[in-house]
Amino acid sequence: MENPKAGRRQRPATDALIQAIGITKRFGTFTANDHINLSIRPGEIHALLGENGAGKSTLVKILYGSLQPSEGEIRWKGQPVRIPSPSAARRLGIGMVFQHFSLFDALTVTENIALALSDRPNRAALAREIEKVSAEFGLPVNPGSRIVDLSVGERQRVEIVRCLLQNPELLIMDEPTSVLTPQEADDLFVTLDRLIARGCAVLYISHRLEEVKQICHHATILRLGKVVAECDPQQETASQLASLMVGADVHVLSSDTPPPNVARTRLSVRHLSMPEPHPFAVALRDISLDVQAGEIVGIAGIAGNGQGELFDALSGELAAASPDTIVIDGKPAGKLGVTTRRRMGAAFVPEERLGHGAVPRLRLSDNVLLTRHATGDQLMRVGVIDFAGARTLADRIGRSFDVRKSAADPEAGSLSGGNLQKFIVGREIDRQPAVLVVSQPTWGVDAGAAAVIRQALIDLARSGSAVLIISQDLDEIFEIADRIAVISRGHLSEPMPARSATRETIGLMMAGLGEGKKQGSKETAHAHHS
Amino acid sequence: MRIILERRLDPSRRMQYLSPVLAIALSLVTFFIIFVLSGIDPFQALYIYFIDPLTQLWSIEDLLAKAVPIILIAIGLSFCYQSAVWNIGAEGQLAAGALAGSILPVLMPNLQGPAVVTAMMLMGIAGGMAYAAIPAFLKIRFNANETLTTLMLVYVANLFLDYVARGPWRDPAGFNFPNSRPFDEGQMLPVIAGSSIRLSIVFMLVAVVVAWFLTSKTMTGFKIRVLGLSPRAGSFGGFSRNKMVMLTFLISGGLAGLAGICEVAGPIGQLRTTVSPGYGFTAIIVTFLGRLHPFGILVAGLLLALSYMGGEGAQVALGLSDQTTQVFQGLLLFYVLACDSFIYYRLKFLRERSLDPATVR
Repeated sequence: MENPKAGRRQRPATDALIQAIGITKRFGTFTANDHINLSIRPGEIHALLGENGAGKSTLVKILYGSLQPSEGEIRWKGQPVRIPSPSAARRLGIGMVFQHFSLFDALTVTENIALALSDRPNRAALAREIEKVSAEFGLPVNPGSRIVDLSVGERQRVEIVRCLLQNPELLIMDEPTSVLTPQEADDLFVTLDRLIARGCAVLYISHRLEEVKQICHHATILRLGKVVAECDPQQETASQLASLMVGADVHVLSSDTPPPNVARTRLSVRHLSMPEPHPFAVALRDISLDVQAGEIVGIAGIAGNGQGELFDALSGELAAASPDTIVIDGKPAGKLGVTTRRRMGAAFVPEERLGHGAVPRLRLSDNVLLTRHATGDQLMRVGVIDFAGARTLADRIGRSFDVRKSAADPEAGSLSGGNLQKFIVGREIDRQPAVLVVSQPTWGVDAGAAAVIRQALIDLARSGSAVLIISQDLDEIFEIADRIAVISRGHLSEPMPARSATRETIGLMMAGLGEGKKQGSKETAHAHHS
Repeated sequence: MRIILERRLDPSRRMQYLSPVLAIALSLVTFFIIFVLSGIDPFQALYIYFIDPLTQLWSIEDLLAKAVPIILIAIGLSFCYQSAVWNIGAEGQLAAGALAGSILPVLMPNLQGPAVVTAMMLMGIAGGMAYAAIPAFLKIRFNANETLTTLMLVYVANLFLDYVARGPWRDPAGFNFPNSRPFDEGQMLPVIAGSSIRLSIVFMLVAVVVAWFLTSKTMTGFKIRVLGLSPRAGSFGGFSRNKMVMLTFLISGGLAGLAGICEVAGPIGQLRTTVSPGYGFTAIIVTFLGRLHPFGILVAGLLLALSYMGGEGAQVALGLSDQTTQVFQGLLLFYVLACDSFIYYRLKFLRERSLDPATVR
């Protein structure tokens, strides 16, 4: 079974720590997990790969006790066990770090951890224990810090420390690097190495094939609820892994045509500053940016550095202080609302699909109406809605963007994430907008849908629109952007051509380095004015 | 065995229609049990409550007269609830409308005729709107929770009405009864059918049809729905939440005010210390029982009016307290809200598997 030619990481030749045998989980008629076998050995990092909807999270929830399998058996160190709840899983020795953290912003690190660990009444002793664990595993956290003051990477460390204090033998990590800078991710890998050196096993769920190749000993690949392959990821190329996940060769994007040379600025942001709308938000500080016809500009950055606030300012959901700070196709728009900006030719796709970009409980045709009721589609006559027209439009969008749906005109909430995202992006691209601002165009979307969306964005730009994407996914930005800027703590860097940017420089800027200089110069400029 | 609620993949259309029927059935069963426990023949009681009022022409007319204000108010509330504005103060807005509409007949008793009645109606609507604008403003400006403000303003309005009817507007020729002067026929809505069906029934039917058109066909109805379902998406669509809060409050306040003046200038015929036996609260039940849909509200309003009629009959025939009617209405609301969970969830019975839990340390 062992591959003698394995790279620097050898899968330990021990008995399995945990085994899932024939795990099946049905929801109604839908089979999310179909006779899945999975075996994790102590001391290995085991990758669980698969597209969205492949059944990864269902399987993980079964292992962590929050779902019960319809069929099949779990064995822990060879003994059959039933894991009725997450607390039972923790008692057994299974810890989990979720993609979305469950920490109270207003409490300190120690207080947050004490809430989860009822058996440690002494706070001071707990703080010492936290310091010990964080030193041992290379997870620097200060037990007295409040969560609100911590970066996302630091918050993740708190989550990991909380798991480690319970001495887990298996640590499940769900997309741990999706919120980290490349440098923070490297630090995480060091921690994982120390963990496995102590015999702990790690189940590592990720979309990022390069890092799976880098750190994992073994990989189990799911597709449509079934195990399609087990392999040593170090022996496969990233594209081999991807085609195993998708079940076909991944569509390669074509952006051969360079952006046109004749520059015509269609979206211009000038010295946009905005105070925090609420205490946990980020203030925008003196943001300037031009997007030309024919190009895609990507804004990289770690979550929570002002992306949401910038999107709201561009869309008009938050009005700017003066009209000239945002100019759409030559016309000042800073104080205009979202509908007026749409009439000027701008279109927007927010990060949140459900509840922001679309109303989950309304049909797709009604959701067409949401953003296109005033943009020259004749969907409304003297206040009366043309529902048939909206349905025709929804059908057209569905066809040209390959939106797979269960009924002719289903509720938006019943679509899978990828299909809904295709619909929401398609709804805006279908208008052929002059300016398109997209936040997280392929967040949580499977590879097939992501390729469709990215290609559509490229095609739109090349047809003469100005496209601005705000994304945390560096791969995506490097794949489709012509120029790249980085947002960090509400500051936006000068955009640089994508060809001359490297992941390292962008990564350092995402971490906020080089920002100090800019901030300093801005403050002196302020001093001059006042 | 454990019972759990499992989220449905799609909301059940069937449950949407079945839920109110189920709620009515469960309320009847509970009512039945209550009668048995209090030693009353349950079959006779249910007959008196729900069948007897339908056996005579006069009582059917009375039923319609009671249904009119309830349905008018519920139609207004359906706009609020669709946009997730929880106005539960229609009872106070009704009192405000009754007061404002009574200004002319009380202070200028010589004015008579259709023009005066029209003016009274408009003033009633304006009074209800103005009173509903207070919680709307508090919500928009200070983000004050409208569930609290509207409910508290009910007591303010009712006590003010009580004061006015006992004090400044008391009829000098009224033997010290706390009532205003009785209105003349020229200050009341004309009877258009039978002996007690007044013009207000036409207002009610118009309100039902207009509400149906507004909610299902127009952009305004669409905005109200979107903002109720997800405010963030509404603002992304370019709709103003604040404008819709004000609009829905004005619609519901206006209709409650109209219901108030229609009562005073109709069945009651004068301003009294109380002008409504809780129609403003009953309308909340009717709105939910009718699925926030105008035609559903029409049916539900008739049913709840029946419970008022039955309550009166049971008081006479069985000596039951009139609180019994409120118990029934409360049960009904409770069951509707409970049954509505089944639109989005299904019940599941889980048999515990017999694998030994001891294997989990």
